[in-house]
Amino acid sequence: MNDGVEQTRGLSVLDRPNSYIGKTVPRPNLDRLMQGRGLYVSDMTLPRMVHVVFLRSPHAHAKILNIDSVAAKAMPGVIAVVTGRELADVITPWIGVLTHLKGLKSAPQHAIAIDRVCWQGEAVAAIVATSRALAEDAAEQMSVDYEELTPVTNMRTALDAETPVIHPDLGDNLAFERNLDAGAIDKAFADSDEVVEAEFVFGRHTGVTLEPRAVLADWNAGEARLTIYQGTQAPHMVQNISAKHLGLEEAQVRVVCKDVGGSFGIKVHIYADEMATYALSKLLRRPVKFVADRVESFSTDIHARDHVCKGRIGVNKDGTITGFEIDDLTGIGPYSMYPRTSAIEANQVVNLVGGPYTTPNYRARTRVVFQNKNVTCQYRGVGHPIACSITEVLVDLAARAIGMDPIEIRRRNLVADDAYPCASPSGMKFEALSHHASIDRLLSIMDYDALRAEQAELRKQGIYRGIGIASFVEVTNPAAAFYGVGGARISSQDGVTVRLDATGSVVCQTSITEQGQGSESLTAQIVGSVLGVSMSRVRVILGDTDNTPYGGGTWASRGAGIGGEAALQSAKALRKNILDVAAAILQAKPGDLDIVENSVVDLVGGQQRIEMHELARIVYFRPDTLPPGFQAELMATRHFVPREYPFAFTNGVQASWLEVDPNTGFITLLKHWVVEDCGTIINPQLVDEQIRGGVVQGLGAALYEHCIYDERGQLTNANMADYLVPMSGEMPDISIGHVVSPTMESELGAKGAGEAGTAGAAACVANAVNDALAPFGATVTEIPLTPRLILTALGTI
Amino acid sequence: MTAPVAVSLTVNGERIDAQVLPRLNLADFLREHLGLTGTHVGCEHGVCGACTVRVDGDIVRACLLLAVQTHNASVETIEGLSDSGEVADLQAAFCNRNALQCGYCTPGMLMAAQDLLRQNAAPDRAQIREHLSGNYCRCTGYHAIIDAVEATALARRGEQP
Repeated sequence: MNDGVEQTRGLSVLDRPNSYIGKTVPRPNLDRLMQGRGLYVSDMTLPRMVHVVFLRSPHAHAKILNIDSVAAKAMPGVIAVVTGRELADVITPWIGVLTHLKGLKSAPQHAIAIDRVCWQGEAVAAIVATSRALAEDAAEQMSVDYEELTPVTNMRTALDAETPVIHPDLGDNLAFERNLDAGAIDKAFADSDEVVEAEFVFGRHTGVTLEPRAVLADWNAGEARLTIYQGTQAPHMVQNISAKHLGLEEAQVRVVCKDVGGSFGIKVHIYADEMATYALSKLLRRPVKFVADRVESFSTDIHARDHVCKGRIGVNKDGTITGFEIDDLTGIGPYSMYPRTSAIEANQVVNLVGGPYTTPNYRARTRVVFQNKNVTCQYRGVGHPIACSITEVLVDLAARAIGMDPIEIRRRNLVADDAYPCASPSGMKFEALSHHASIDRLLSIMDYDALRAEQAELRKQGIYRGIGIASFVEVTNPAAAFYGVGGARISSQDGVTVRLDATGSVVCQTSITEQGQGSESLTAQIVGSVLGVSMSRVRVILGDTDNTPYGGGTWASRGAGIGGEAALQSAKALRKNILDVAAAILQAKPGDLDIVENSVVDLVGGQQRIEMHELARIVYFRPDTLPPGFQAELMATRHFVPREYPFAFTNGVQASWLEVDPNTGFITLLKHWVVEDCGTIINPQLVDEQIRGGVVQGLGAALYEHCIYDERGQLTNANMADYLVPMSGEMPDISIGHVVSPTMESELGAKGAGEAGTAGAAACVANAVNDALAPFGATVTEIPLTPRLILTALGTI
Repeated sequence: MTAPVAVSLTVNGERIDAQVLPRLNLADFLREHLGLTGTHVGCEHGVCGACTVRVDGDIVRACLLLAVQTHNASVETIEGLSDSGEVADLQAAFCNRNALQCGYCTPGMLMAAQDLLRQNAAPDRAQIREHLSGNYCRCTGYHAIIDAVEATALARRGEQP
């Protein structure tokens, strides 16, 4: 008997005839976006919808003495003016902590501030009106009396005894501290030929999604149900959190996510103004829409990085790296963000420094402190750009100290490709990485030796170019280790339901979400390939808690690796069910049949037996003709979560080729290369474009992007003219190569690809700048690498 | 000053007569009064390019123009250029090259790219990058967009890539 046994002629389910896996196919549904016919939350309107505008604090730290809304309430179109105290009757406060981050503390945060504001931009009142313009008019009539308090803005002095404590109940301004001591670092440094140290500074920056955060909350009092339309990466998380704080059952909340105008981690959190919007809809019993304007985006979208870190590396003359030591400090604003917390980035820095290298000696401390600035939290690459920059710049400085080529020192210290599985000194488990193969691939695509020759030649002409290299590891496919073990109800598993409809087409419902990465495409590619159905016949539904399986969503480079595997397994289950039906109809054995190009065929010979639409017609409309007792099941659901490894590590190496003008301090990027190993590649074009987009976000951080606060806690550049992001004119072409080491945790074998670009870009640019400046004996270890910074390093200013 | 003003204009070839407040900008007029939500609002101060539309043949920032300034003008949006087929080949190139991810910048990017190709049939990559520098994209890193515009220019000249 071979009934129900999958036979694949020696091929895996991914490697079948007409497989879409590994092929560049266009993403479905792009026409809608290109024709201006997408549906972003900012485009949506509902009957009786009103608009909320938040009056925001001009002070970084102040007591609210009085709020006078009489004049505002009299303005045309105004429906309501609501303060924090009034809204607290509808929605409860929260504290952004997780139990696995031992000692992490934060203070209760309200949807709208009560009594006190803790950063410039915190909402103090909501003005609801029939149009946004009228609400803004009314906001100008609000009068708030503040008593300014001393703001804590300098993270370096946040823990000093003379610095005010932002939340007196917490005792001090220390939110979280983690210490790690692996191996024997003191002895290792004492025995080293050289110990090099540097202080690294990472500026605050933010995601700048081109569509600002937007939410439309619709409380239907008749149904006692809240529908939230929101551009979010994690609909089920929004469902859980909103229900919890509004006193609703989860079943009373539906979260719908249509098109999302950029996310990058900015839209994976739940913001106080979003909570307020949900609550206002419940309070006012009608749809309420909030769309942040650009000033609000800069002052309330989570910021990231803002680390100062002392780093040391030991090295012997033969190139052996003997150990790493870091002492990291980061300022996270006045609250730990909810529900993912603001300690994850610092925790990741501790986890990841030195990750690609063999040395067992590693000591790390990180301290996370409160300050009166906007909150920081997880943004694309979470901790990686910091850890990678510290590690890779230290490696280059070590190489320089012993007169060794940057490639050579990496060759001598990167974990060997045949040494896996293994663990890092911080306990990260690596399944199968390919640092050396990645460097081989990089050298071949960039022609390293020729560039070195060109560099030397140009230096004679007074042209200063540099090459920077950065190896990296990237945390992807997170299991429950990230959030679930700490008590957050953020799912680490995802599910996919696949159904054959009555015309032989396929409908997939997946819990991962789409913000342009290609979640729909990869799901359709996998399902089409496994089922033997054309992609054009596969429709993917996502972003709706009422209509998808329960799952985590799309963040932390998990969509393809986790959601993709769930798609694969559900399609396998449906395939078996379809073949069972076909066997019953055809009086054949399921194992003797296959599905190819929308038809059931003989496994041997490929003779067409019955088309899928005909099979579906029989199942749905003439089930009476099937054998007695046979029940067809043309719908299947499967879920997946990695169990053996807490994370699947993607790895690779980046390189930058750039020119520094020593007279102006300007940096011109000439070329960028990335070699990445993200395991099985479902769609090469989508992977490459994720990498390119990630690199450019990393380049923005490296060169331009900076949320600049003054000493009073005022954000001085909260607009797109003053906060610089990469434009097409300054960005280089980016060449990409691949090494493929599939993870064995899943049948699909895919690891994440969304953040590696951001992880390594700043590191290799910094190394390239230092390489270019080598003739001047100057080094820089701060980003963004502004002309002022370069000229300062050169001693010009 | 704050009373509605009568304006008459054509939008994508269609005659529009409307009463608008003097402070209403063109982007909000298109989106909220005419339901043409393909014109996106990213920064509301003329930097990001997401609201790029064509007025009397020239591309402009719809967030920096008041609706009353378009009296007697011809306004074209991404919906119009899509329906007329004017940018069909450019859209196909964007699709083939995956030159959009979230799609929020894409209508403005297509307007700007078409503007370049109308002025210069044979732009090199640097010229394409320069012309599109007023249109921010946070997803793609621009490389794929430059490829798509370059491929469209080649195809329009009847050349092979």
